[in-house]
Amino acid sequence: MEIKHTAIAGTLESSDIQIMLSKIEGPTEIELESAVEKQFGTQIRTLMRTILEQYGITNVKLKAVDKGALDCTIKARLITAIQRAIDKQNDPDWEVLG
Amino acid sequence: MERLRRTMMFVPGNNPGMLKDAGIYGADSVMFDLEDSVSLAEKDAARMLVMQALQTVDYGDTELVVRINDLETPFGRPDIFAMVKAGVDVIRLPKTETVDDVLETEAVIAEAEAYFNIPHKTTKMMAAIESAEGVLNAPAIAKASDRLIGIAIGAEDYVTNMKTRRYPDGAELSFARNMILHGARAAGIAAFDTVYSDVDNEAGFKHEVELIHELGFDGKSVINPRQIPLVNAIYAPTENDVQNAKDVLNAIEEARIKGSGVIALNGKMVDKPVVARAQRTMMLAEASHLVDQEGNWHAE
Repeated sequence: MEIKHTAIAGTLESSDIQIMLSKIEGPTEIELESAVEKQFGTQIRTLMRTILEQYGITNVKLKAVDKGALDCTIKARLITAIQRAIDKQNDPDWEVLG
Repeated sequence: MERLRRTMMFVPGNNPGMLKDAGIYGADSVMFDLEDSVSLAEKDAARMLVMQALQTVDYGDTELVVRINDLETPFGRPDIFAMVKAGVDVIRLPKTETVDDVLETEAVIAEAEAYFNIPHKTTKMMAAIESAEGVLNAPAIAKASDRLIGIAIGAEDYVTNMKTRRYPDGAELSFARNMILHGARAAGIAAFDTVYSDVDNEAGFKHEVELIHELGFDGKSVINPRQIPLVNAIYAPTENDVQNAKDVLNAIEEARIKGSGVIALNGKMVDKPVVARAQRTMMLAEASHLVDQEGNWHAE
């Protein structure tokens, strides 16, 4: 599934992460800026790819600025960005949310 | 046994840092807010953040409450579905005015439980009363559903509705507090007092907590972790209270072993309400770390 338009979720406050999704031609790209890149970069990217796959999102560029977010925050912000990008803010896909 | 609810700490639902740390301050209950503290554009984000936090963060024994948006907004229904799925303990209704408000929310909760195969009535409710109509209906609201664990007074909206404002002596809230307290007690559920917004006015806060403690409220809504130990100190029993409670409970246990009915202690009859008070005193003493495992006083 392709996103309908660019969407953003999260903030640049401590413990948060800001995620922007935009449409591209070609495979998914993830651009991550994080103070914990060295230690957790791979883990964060894997988490993001897993969530995008669960929602079946393709042809997307994910740009994230991480301010030390927990996994549950990363998950929440990415799901929010996806729901905003497909215009389903108040109609979440409960099956995918698992 | 009843649960202690001396403090219910309000936490804005769209703040990851506060959500992460909410369990560490020792509040008996934490209330994550999806309503007033969240802007319209961020309702979806807060809902998802609280949902993920509830499923991931270990809040220990803290009772977890979420204040949802009104069902008349587009946010209320998905709020309920998300929180039921996440396994929240209690859903708090905003501005409850009638029995129907409770029943409508209960119906959506039941629908969500059925949808996610969660046992019926797993999710509890509480109602916030914030208007003259709500106060007058408080006794009926308190008995509207057996999911209700308590009712709370929300003073800011209430005093506006009453064409007054908050005053240091609390006279403007006297009737509402008593209605809510009586409604709660008649229904056998908890009564929570409103927040005290002036965080820097410690003396004013203490004065208000002393008042609601005397009236019989289960506890106080707090908006800053600094207010938690102040409430707990006022709710903590004295050494004398604890000794009396222990004597009552020992006398009851002795009577039970002997098989005797009514008992007396120091010339006074010990009946059911005396025992209930003694049990609550011991529970408060344990929660305040004033006694050891045997119930002996060991505070400094």
